[in-house]
Amino acid sequence: MERKIQEQNTNNNLSGTMSSTQQNGSGRVLLDYLKCAAVGVSIENIQRSFGDNYVLRGVTLDIEPRETVVILGKSGSGKSVLMRHIIGLECPDSGHIFVAGEDINDPDFKKNHVLAMVFQSSALFNSLSVAENVALYLREHKIFAEESRIKEIVSSALDIVGLQGKEDVMPSQISGGMKRRVAAARALVMNPDIILFDEPTAGLDPMMTRTMGDLIRGLNDKVEITQIVVTHDIDLAFYVADRIAILSEGQILEVGTPDQIRSSTNSGVIDFIKPQFE
Amino acid sequence: MNSVMEFFRTTGGLLGLFMETLYWCKSAIRNSDKVFAQLYIIGNQTLPVGALIALFSGGVLALQAGPTLAQFGLEENVGGLVGLSLVKEIGPIMASILIAGRVGSAMTAELASMSVYEEIDALKTMDINPIRYLVMPRFIATVIALPVLVIYMDVIGWFGGALVSVVNPEIHLSFDVYYRNLSELVDFTAVMNGLIKSMFFGIIISIVCCYVGLKTKGGPREIGYSVTKAVVMSFVLVLVSDYYITRILLFLNLD
Repeated sequence: MERKIQEQNTNNNLSGTMSSTQQNGSGRVLLDYLKCAAVGVSIENIQRSFGDNYVLRGVTLDIEPRETVVILGKSGSGKSVLMRHIIGLECPDSGHIFVAGEDINDPDFKKNHVLAMVFQSSALFNSLSVAENVALYLREHKIFAEESRIKEIVSSALDIVGLQGKEDVMPSQISGGMKRRVAAARALVMNPDIILFDEPTAGLDPMMTRTMGDLIRGLNDKVEITQIVVTHDIDLAFYVADRIAILSEGQILEVGTPDQIRSSTNSGVIDFIKPQFE
Repeated sequence: MNSVMEFFRTTGGLLGLFMETLYWCKSAIRNSDKVFAQLYIIGNQTLPVGALIALFSGGVLALQAGPTLAQFGLEENVGGLVGLSLVKEIGPIMASILIAGRVGSAMTAELASMSVYEEIDALKTMDINPIRYLVMPRFIATVIALPVLVIYMDVIGWFGGALVSVVNPEIHLSFDVYYRNLSELVDFTAVMNGLIKSMFFGIIISIVCCYVGLKTKGGPREIGYSVTKAVVMSFVLVLVSDYYITRILLFLNLD
């Protein structure tokens, strides 16, 4: 019951990051620009080993369009490796990953689909300012001919993640949480079919954790983009997820809505989600 | 067995990166801002130190050879000796060592750090080719900058040699005699010889340093290892290839 009330409160606070920016108009520019295609992901029996270390042992998971799925698991369970397979940075030993029915390893896949990822380390380029980081994809792919349009989109993206006015700041001058939000803005301007978040709250304080949670949930509510979040943060998982997949030792232990996971009778799931300190 | 495999893997990797970089040179004009940025960095890091090294290297050449030549009454040949030594051998080698040590090490450290902190992965997810975006501008800038640096160091080295030849009482040569002999012996072919070598050295340094940087995995300690590895590998390959390039140039009558 207490948890429900807490969730209700956070729901109300959520309006903070996303909605206010949209209401004041600036965030609207990006939201109008985004044409999020409703694409689903189908992960079929992915296996991957590094030498004798079998990291993924036949992972199968279907993600519906416009769904936020959290892959939850303890450290070393293969979450990040799975994420790198979904984004195409790693190739599986066997199995396939389909996005909107297309194998992500097909040569033409990148012509038809854009997948964006928010890295655990944020992976911002230190030699570029915040705005230049966000604009990098637009400039390199010449998405817009006019520089003014790029600036407008970048400014709007920064507005949406709550970093308006930070355009000229260098990444070394901002906090870890702000870097994570810049990375999210950079992912958003790619107009992606899917956004992947790798440990979005790792190393962040409770306030920043909440902000990131609000951001992910806000995207789900307002942009209706398919999102995959990899985390070991149980609170975040229950806060942002439409469905949660518990990954343990390279295998999916259980998949379900937050309520289904909470009421799971699977001992592995119960052990993982039970409060650490009572 | 492992080191043999590693040797072939590294050689293949270097050749592969070189070929891919050559391919991406087609977009050099589109990325000219990045090339100019790298040229600026290289110039900024090497010109003052290069001038100092060249001045003293030219000076020490004159200091070593001058008195000995003077003993046989051949001191008027100091200009040619210093000039030829600098343009053909010492200039390109010195400039290469300077570029590898100052610029190559920075390239490796930057790319290694980008690899370790997922920035290279971020580029890939944005469908931005890291070879085009990161390696090609550094490659072109180094291949352009190294011959320019060689000419710059040659000229300052000649001046250093002249200064010692004039000031040192054991040599006691006038500027006029020094430069007359230098201009008689240092012809266009000799200068080109040094420039051709330095272009090859530029290719070696940029490819080795970028390759080692991009292949770095792990953490801060590995970044340090990579920098050392890249610089040492660059030195060794520059000095070894110097011999073979000289042989080829001799064969082609360009030496």
